[in-house]
Amino acid sequence: MSKIIIDKNRCKACYLCIKECPKNLIKVSDQTNNLGNRVVEFCDPNGECLGCAMCATRCPDLAITEVYRG
Amino acid sequence: MAVDCLTDKKVLIKGNYAIANAAVLAGCQCYFGYPITPQSEIGEFMSGKMQELGRAYVSAESELAAINMTIGACATGVKAMSSSSSCAVSLMQEALSYATSDQLPVVLVSVMRGGPGLGNIYPSQGDYFQATKGGGNGDYKLIVLAPSTVQECVDLTYKAFYLAQKYRNPTVLLADGLLGQMMEPVTFKPYPYPEIDNSDWALDGAKERDGRIIRSYAPLADNQCVFLERLYNKYKLIEENETEWEEKDTQGADIVLVSFGSTSRNVKTAAKILRLKGIKAGILRPVTLFPFPSKRLQELSNTVKKFVVVEVNMGQMVYDVKLAVNGKVPVELVHKPVGAPPSPEEIAKRIEELL
Amino acid sequence: MATQVFKIPEIYRKNAKYTFCPGCDHGVAVRLVAEVLEEMKCAENTIAVCSIGCSVTLYDFLNLDSLEAPHGRALAEATGVKRAKPDKIVFTYQGDGDFASIGLAESMHAALRGENLTAICINNTTYGMTGGQLGPTTILGQVTTTSPTGRNLEYYGYPIKIAEHIALCDGTAFSARVSLDTVPNIRKAKQAIKKAFEVQAKGLGFGFVEILSTCPTNWRMSPDKAHDRVREEMMPVFKPGVYKDITEG
Repeated sequence: MSKIIIDKNRCKACYLCIKECPKNLIKVSDQTNNLGNRVVEFCDPNGECLGCAMCATRCPDLAITEVYRG
Repeated sequence: MAVDCLTDKKVLIKGNYAIANAAVLAGCQCYFGYPITPQSEIGEFMSGKMQELGRAYVSAESELAAINMTIGACATGVKAMSSSSSCAVSLMQEALSYATSDQLPVVLVSVMRGGPGLGNIYPSQGDYFQATKGGGNGDYKLIVLAPSTVQECVDLTYKAFYLAQKYRNPTVLLADGLLGQMMEPVTFKPYPYPEIDNSDWALDGAKERDGRIIRSYAPLADNQCVFLERLYNKYKLIEENETEWEEKDTQGADIVLVSFGSTSRNVKTAAKILRLKGIKAGILRPVTLFPFPSKRLQELSNTVKKFVVVEVNMGQMVYDVKLAVNGKVPVELVHKPVGAPPSPEEIAKRIEELL
Repeated sequence: MATQVFKIPEIYRKNAKYTFCPGCDHGVAVRLVAEVLEEMKCAENTIAVCSIGCSVTLYDFLNLDSLEAPHGRALAEATGVKRAKPDKIVFTYQGDGDFASIGLAESMHAALRGENLTAICINNTTYGMTGGQLGPTTILGQVTTTSPTGRNLEYYGYPIKIAEHIALCDGTAFSARVSLDTVPNIRKAKQAIKKAFEVQAKGLGFGFVEILSTCPTNWRMSPDKAHDRVREEMMPVFKPGVYKDITEG
């Protein structure tokens, strides 16, 4: 199953990844990280992630640290 | 005419060529420069010699580029140098400030000409302040060596490379148009100093270790406080270990004539003339302008009645002598604004007028 | 069994975290350089020369031997490094102000001499670190803190088209302009960066990539809107493309 891993403490809440995901699987969460940023989270209850890595390629802060396709 | 790099052979050679030869013999791997009278022979010699030896020579687009190329080469641990003169050395001040902060062994040959501004191509000592006080920003010191003969141009070029490496601090050989252009017999001894191991800081690729950073950017004030204290401890060490001067007839002297570089040649003769006239005159010639022989001048101020500083500028080193003597005895200035140094007779005459 | 298709390049320093503003394209540009060096397996043999501006922090992120140059002098220092150690891969990472304003002479002459160097230049049409002043690439009409009514021709003159100028230098082996506004363009940008390093590794001459980037903070835009601006305002003036590639017949 494809998935992404987010390092919440790197997220600066620019939200560029949200628009990038073709399946709309990244959302603003209700969590705040140690920088005070309202971070994103990956929600894929139905296993829709394509593992396209568009989000990680777009993320300017290395907050999406790993992407798996399978 | 480019003289070949022969060691242990007496040759008649121009100061600029002597400096260039010595740099090659000292193991200088890279030369970067931009032409300016009265030191262009250094670059001319280097352009042929470095190519012949498979070393690097670059005709830089400006003195800004030349000195920064030197920084780049020095950062990899090789011996590298640039040379220039007065108004163009002004362009290098920013990089020299960076190089002190980066702690890089940059060697710069500064062959002084008349200023301010474009000035003229006559000899001058008008860049004493530029070399010893720094024209760049922040707290820093350059090691400054002042030759007075062509032989010393050679010996101090060797020493400049050694001290720069030993202390990881930019070092200036401060000559002037007279020394650069005059010919004297010279012996090129092999480079007499040990090679300094720089494998613990030089940039050569981060292989099996963390990447090294040579930087001056210090965003945190506290860190910069620690760094500057450490830098100035280094300067203290340099003052303790490396202060060099020539002294003659100072024992029992009433007056001591203080001068550096080419001017000191005529000052020596002037002291002889004065002694023949029954005036007890000695000389002190700082060889290192930083570190300055302040301690020795201070000691002499206990026995000497007067210091006379002779320089070809409007009076620059005189301030360092005054600081060292600290008001104990009078410090007078005999100077000429620019050009060849005043003749021994003229110096002697003007000193007599002061007494 | 899932295969990993994205990871952070190993040449990042341990726990490195960017200090760039949220949404700043610098982060992507640095990552692309890191990915290229990792793919070329040459990080251990590489020396980076950093410049003044936001770009200087590169050495805090990438675990490379790095030298910091005074403002505008990165390519002079890189020349010194390369001439001293010709077997090293040497690159500069600079902003447009550093590369094309204060350092234009150093940049142009490194290209003219055909130095075997790679230069990466981030063009965000402003001086970012100092708060968004007019720079050499500020486009006509653009409002900055020192062009409060917009850059007009009569008062400020034209911006510089860097990649085109560098392509005109005989020593240039590769000169391209790329953009980071979309993921496909990010992938193209990486290919260009790789080419700029490859020409150096082959000893063919100067490799150059100008990267159109955002400065959301100083443009006073959301990161998303900033990419729209790159597309709508910058790309018509600074057209992406390969302006010189001596490896293509």
